[in-house]
Amino acid sequence: MSILYDTDKSLKERVAASLDDDFKHNAIKTAQEVFYVGRGKLVAEMEGWEDLRRHAVEVRNHVTENLDYYVKKFATNAEANGYIMHYAPSGDDALWEVLDIFEEHGASYAVKSKSMMTEEVGLNEVLEETGIKITETDCAENILQTAGSKPSHIVVPALHFDREAIADIYRKKRGYEGTTVPEEITHYLRKILRHEFMEAEVGIRGCNFAVAETGSVTLVTNEGNGRMVDTFPKIQIVFVGIDRIVPDLESLDTMMALLPRSAVGAKMTAYFSLDSGPAGPGEIDGPEEVHIILMDNGRHTLANTEFEDMLRCMRCGACLNICPVYRHITGHGYGSIYPGPMGLVLTPGLVGYDDIDNMVFACSLCGACSEHCPVGIPIHDLIREHRIKIVEEGKNHAIEVPIFKALELFWSNVPVYKAGMVLGPPVMKALAGGGDALDASSAWIPVVKGWTSTRDFDVLSTKRFTEWFKNHEKLPTEQPKQNEEGGEQ
Amino acid sequence: MKIAFFPGCMVDMIYPEIGIAAVNVLERLGCEIEMPEKIVCCGQGLINSGYREENKAAARMIVEAYDTPEYETIVSLTGSCMNAIVNDYPLVFKDEPEWLERAARLKTKFFEFTDFIVNELGVTDVGAVFNDTVTYHKSCHVTRLLGVKEPPLKLLENVKGLEYIEMAHADRCCGFGGTFSFKQPVIAGEVVYEKCQTIIDTGANVICGADVPCLMNIKGALGRMRADGRLDRDIRVMHIAQILDSRG
Repeated sequence: MSILYDTDKSLKERVAASLDDDFKHNAIKTAQEVFYVGRGKLVAEMEGWEDLRRHAVEVRNHVTENLDYYVKKFATNAEANGYIMHYAPSGDDALWEVLDIFEEHGASYAVKSKSMMTEEVGLNEVLEETGIKITETDCAENILQTAGSKPSHIVVPALHFDREAIADIYRKKRGYEGTTVPEEITHYLRKILRHEFMEAEVGIRGCNFAVAETGSVTLVTNEGNGRMVDTFPKIQIVFVGIDRIVPDLESLDTMMALLPRSAVGAKMTAYFSLDSGPAGPGEIDGPEEVHIILMDNGRHTLANTEFEDMLRCMRCGACLNICPVYRHITGHGYGSIYPGPMGLVLTPGLVGYDDIDNMVFACSLCGACSEHCPVGIPIHDLIREHRIKIVEEGKNHAIEVPIFKALELFWSNVPVYKAGMVLGPPVMKALAGGGDALDASSAWIPVVKGWTSTRDFDVLSTKRFTEWFKNHEKLPTEQPKQNEEGGEQ
Repeated sequence: MKIAFFPGCMVDMIYPEIGIAAVNVLERLGCEIEMPEKIVCCGQGLINSGYREENKAAARMIVEAYDTPEYETIVSLTGSCMNAIVNDYPLVFKDEPEWLERAARLKTKFFEFTDFIVNELGVTDVGAVFNDTVTYHKSCHVTRLLGVKEPPLKLLENVKGLEYIEMAHADRCCGFGGTFSFKQPVIAGEVVYEKCQTIIDTGANVICGADVPCLMNIKGALGRMRADGRLDRDIRVMHIAQILDSRG
């Protein structure tokens, strides 16, 4: 399982580690502001943004509702373009297909551009175990690979390292001798990576959208490395999730209007590749043999469930960039390669509830994610839906059940509530040492300590509003000033 | 105008003064207020924690109390409870068509306090006087999930003597999230401390909002920050009803 990582640590421990890392904490916060401001500006100045969103929802739902049809259509047309198709129901199936391709060609050297699907199946680890050298060529992914670190964001995965840390990683691991000036580090990377592009036998890449009508695969990048991965090596492997399919070029256009704006607050990316087949006869550029791994890995089972809307997700990360929790705990707090709001829906959707700790409870259900999602996924509702499923399936913590059962009674039974409100206030007042709030010294009280460990807790009032209301004298009406539109409606 | 009032259980349990202020404001505006006796809590803490089945008892009690022909207009003092009633009860009752229908009927009758004053009564100046600097927290449920954005600001704008200072990221969550703030106190603490810092940075003496749970969370965090020295002055936490009830 490569979706989850750091599973030996609890959510609490991972969160504590993220909060302890001041640089990481601040870097994520700053990045959120930058992306958020950029996105906000573009969305505000773009006419028809909401229409685009609606269209995208229609397009994506249409594909989900007819998933088998579009998978087949894409596969048929891609094959007609000269692509060699492999259908992988699971991540393991995908890995076997890849290993077979390497074996068939006796290949042992690959370059790769950023791809979440390959992360999802743990491709790098498996290839390395079999003695195949694989180099990440996306700058951030290369930093992570060199450092042995995990992504902290789905779009900008190495946010948690600053230039000093990055220079240090290359000094220690690769013998880099330069300064911490970003341009110098980049030049160094460019130099070593050029070699690798030329030498590698296989290029491995992902696919942002696959176009069913034309059998094409697309690649959206900013650094140009992706284009070298997809043109230099003679053999190419493209990972395509079955939820990446769009019907035609027109719908691709809609998605491409939404993606970069939502992801990084840019109108477009530096590179956009639309590939429709390997190099043809007489063409001097491009790969000679291209394999498409069309991977399901749990996506089909999400269709026709409460979580079907998640199949619309295009991995833009807009929900991460607005999330008030993600900004503090960072991607590493979640312990999933899919972090943040979208991750809280997708991760348990793909791996189930047994190994995810309390992950889906690391959310205040504020709804900012749902509001910003370009494809209208009701993300926070789906996060709560996971909580409901966890309880329904009995995978909640046994220790909390009596507490919620007690709340069920207290919140729905007037006599019990009234009795509680007779006993509660004096007890709390006593616990508060006669004060108006339970302060830090009360952090030993079970359940309440959840709150008082970080905030004061106002004590229950001895005066009850409902009692006051029954006996109060009604105030006389005053003549209000009406607003311009005026009048009672 | 005859209205039914929904205070939210926190007002009854912890902050009766907020409910009293709201009743004062509404009565001065000519409202005849009624309130059913058999109410406790909307129960949203249950479904939000995954306990959908367990939320039914509280939800039935609220529906039973308010879904009556006598009540044509119901005014809620708390955004998140109203959101639970109008937007979440359909999920609570998804397998109970009869209750589902009653919950759907309630949805059309419910109004958030500031939305009711501005858009139903057509009033933006309630005659309040409040001589201080005020910032407003745009609670998630009021602002985002119920879509009540302008009314509270219009009302504050017309309070005499009030100087409004907008905080940065006013619509960012305060980190309350119901049981989230008990289950994940460290994360909730980080979120609310940051919210408090944006409040402190405005220099305002008063932070107000239209959702009681957020105010409880913010008050608790400001209190803790005051106690441990992160805050060196007093900042009052008030519900917008208390400001609108103020006469200087």
